[in-house]
Amino acid sequence: MDTTIEATVTVNGTPVTRHVPARQHLIDFLRDAVGLTGSHIGCEQGVCGACTVRVDGEIVRGCLMLAVQADGRNVDTIEGLSDSGELAELQKAFHEHNALQCGFCTPGMLMAAQDLVRTKPEASREKIREHISGNYCRCTGYHAIVDAVQEVIEKRQGGRR
Amino acid sequence: MNARAELPLHAPGTQTDKGYIGQSVPRPNAKRLLQGRGAFVDDLRFPRLAHVVFFRSPYAHAKVKKLDLTKAVRQPGVIACFDGRAVAEYCTPWVAVLAHLKGIKSPPQYAIAIERACWQGEAIAAIVADTREQGEDALAHVEAEWEELPVVTEMEDALSNRYVIHPDLGDNICFKRELDTGAVDDAFKQADVVVEETFGFGRHTGVCMETRSILADYNAADHSLTVYHATQAPHMMQDIFSRHLGIPEANVRVICKDVGGSYGIKVHVYPDEMATAAISVILRRPVKFVADRLESFLTDIHAREHRAKVRLACRKDGQILAFDLDDLTAIGPYSVYPRTSGIEGNQVVNLTGGPYTHQQYRAKMHVVFTNKNVTCQYRAVGHPIAAALTEGIVDLAAAKLGMDPAEFRRRNLIADDAYPYTFPSGIKFERLSHHKTLDKLLALMDYKKLRAEQAALRKKNVYRGIGLAAIIEVTGPSPAFYGVGGARISAQDGATLRLEPTGMVTCIGSVTEQGQGTEGIFAQIAASAVGVTMDKVRVITGDTGVTPYGGGTWASRGAAIGGEAVLQAGRTLRSNILDVAAVILNMDKGELDIVNNEVVNKLTLESKLPLVELGRIAYFRPDTLPPKFQSELTVTRHYTPREYGFSFTNGIHASYLEVDVDTGFVKLLKHWAVDDSGTVINPMLVDEQVRGGVVQGIGAALFEECVYDETGQLLNGNMADYLVPMSGEMPDIIVGHVETPTKQSQLGAKGAGEAGTAGAPAAVMNAINDALAPLGARVTVQPFTPERILKALGKA
Repeated sequence: MDTTIEATVTVNGTPVTRHVPARQHLIDFLRDAVGLTGSHIGCEQGVCGACTVRVDGEIVRGCLMLAVQADGRNVDTIEGLSDSGELAELQKAFHEHNALQCGFCTPGMLMAAQDLVRTKPEASREKIREHISGNYCRCTGYHAIVDAVQEVIEKRQGGRR
Repeated sequence: MNARAELPLHAPGTQTDKGYIGQSVPRPNAKRLLQGRGAFVDDLRFPRLAHVVFFRSPYAHAKVKKLDLTKAVRQPGVIACFDGRAVAEYCTPWVAVLAHLKGIKSPPQYAIAIERACWQGEAIAAIVADTREQGEDALAHVEAEWEELPVVTEMEDALSNRYVIHPDLGDNICFKRELDTGAVDDAFKQADVVVEETFGFGRHTGVCMETRSILADYNAADHSLTVYHATQAPHMMQDIFSRHLGIPEANVRVICKDVGGSYGIKVHVYPDEMATAAISVILRRPVKFVADRLESFLTDIHAREHRAKVRLACRKDGQILAFDLDDLTAIGPYSVYPRTSGIEGNQVVNLTGGPYTHQQYRAKMHVVFTNKNVTCQYRAVGHPIAAALTEGIVDLAAAKLGMDPAEFRRRNLIADDAYPYTFPSGIKFERLSHHKTLDKLLALMDYKKLRAEQAALRKKNVYRGIGLAAIIEVTGPSPAFYGVGGARISAQDGATLRLEPTGMVTCIGSVTEQGQGTEGIFAQIAASAVGVTMDKVRVITGDTGVTPYGGGTWASRGAAIGGEAVLQAGRTLRSNILDVAAVILNMDKGELDIVNNEVVNKLTLESKLPLVELGRIAYFRPDTLPPKFQSELTVTRHYTPREYGFSFTNGIHASYLEVDVDTGFVKLLKHWAVDDSGTVINPMLVDEQVRGGVVQGIGAALFEECVYDETGQLLNGNMADYLVPMSGEMPDIIVGHVETPTKQSQLGAKGAGEAGTAGAPAAVMNAINDALAPLGARVTVQPFTPERILKALGKA
């Protein structure tokens, strides 16, 4: 059970080498081995989206990927994307719309929202609702989250025109 | 400039200071959560931290014939294993009853069950290990032999006492209540129309995104216990840890950092959490328990399993004469400590029919034990049941009379000038605004146009429904809720405000924050009351070692009670600051005021003394002040509502939806809610409380149910199988406000946190039944799954 494998994962731009248990999930690696506790564990079965992080540019469930699978890859977490400023626009909109209450789902929600803003910059309100349907929020009822994401998308569209 | 004077006076009739009250200010404390820099219990790192996992009963009811932990304790990383007896030596059992719920009974409950498990998931052993993984690995090495006992899962079966779960109690009835105004039968005889319906409610749960979490850190040197706890009521837990672990109250400190949602789930005493604290004492080291999601479904309180028959008598003109209710609810094998599991049914009796003017009311209610997980108070406690019973039967009566449901309600809602008013169940309303909220709702949704659209679409075989639900809501309770029954749960709350030397204000409050915005509104109130800008205010909550004593967060009390304490402390601090200013400036206090972080001339608004300078003098150069003058720049105030048992609020919801009559699927098109929560401190936060509440109510109406089989096994206890609302299925939710401030407090705020959950299920139910009406179908058992809708349509 305690078989470990050496893995080097680039976390928020910094390579991290650890002997990781073969069965350890990426989310546990990030939280326990690296100490980045911003990504949360909600269900451990890939349903709730609280552990959403980015691996080589794609959002993944940190509870469905093994840490060793991230060997040699780039992982971005809420802490990294906050410091780089990539999420600043979404974070501001979330703050102003109160698109978070307890904040437990929020890092994962922001990851999913940023993925939409990057990949579908023209998304409609319905598309936004659909895209974040893999992220549970139990506090807000989603309305304000959708408002916040929509505002960012519309502002960017306005900027391009 | 006088910024405060520029802002409109808010909520006429209240005595609130101007300033930020009524402004949609973003919550200052949300920024760290947006960056993943919050501190939930599982984020905390401690040296020598041990992890506890629990061995839980696979059976709903079984005797433990043998429990052998010797192999488990030898597994890698395992520090210790404990059975119920071992933990009981450090943690005394409890019995969850309250004196004002006459006759309520429950057996003693232990932190870890001894000899017998009474529901699937009840812990019978604990394993402590260096890591959670090692603890879980060792669970496979626990050897247990069981003797299965008869299982009671159905409420009616429990009520029949065919098999008594706790023989010492004599029967399966935890609590019963009857109420009768005396002339109900006469009213039914005189009625032109009598309607009757039986409604069912599925047991569901809160599904907090952060699961239950506790980190207990016992210090043997000074016999003290510090508990980092995802709880809503830190002082209540301090008292409980103290009494049940035998540690002096002042040696117990409960700290709530960030709490990831609660909704009532985290306001109860959980045996596994008590065991964790006891194990920290036994092992003299920090110990953590974080429930995993499967454990959460098996052991977080469930709620709302009810079956109720309700009858309504009315006249031809629509006037309701009487309600007659028979409610049955099952709570699992134990009443939950310390609030009891009798409150939900009690609320159903108190609240059913609550918005209306009828004078005759009879109710009968039984609370029974079963071998399923325990139930207790979850967001809106009893309200969604009462609202569905009331509004479901009201719609049936309107339909039988051929009267528009909005008009039927208008004829029966208590008039806005009829207050104070006592409802036949005995509850008292200070002042409600049913007609104002109804008018506002109908305008907001353009009711007539929507009805026309619905009628036009019906001709095209599109089945849309409109459902209304008027509610009353218990908020801001006095000690009448728990204290009078002997529970050591504070109904009063306190706030300390301190002017710092730099002119900043620290506000320390006893109400806790779980995301609802307590700290945000406290900052708004404190800034407004003192006269500083919001960026100068810092708020601290959730630490029994630091804050004044208080109840915490439950029953929509944070703004109404905690907010009032902040306001009163702020006004006094303002006065005390002006005392200092008057001395420094050698002016009359009455000539001075505080605006925008400065002491100003009250009439001219001319700046006289910035608070940063006042703070410097008061703290570092008091020698320059008159010898007998002592500044008092820290103020604590407490507040308890006393005039009324509860600050009742009211509201009305509407749901617009479409039923696919071939698949049974419901598409929610829009939801409206107009609530009156008194003075609105922050409209955006109130909107979001209502919206979040509405979606939890929609979950109950359409998706959520803890499904048990006849052997008491939970069949869908995981997030994939237990459905909660997702963004794609949810409608936009339009929120409106009416403001009728309570005159009990200077702030005038009432609660808002539960209104959405209270009204939404009834509105959705009525909308579905409105959509199905042309087909002669009707649903009455929540959740209204596609299968149930198809059955009602005769298609399944």
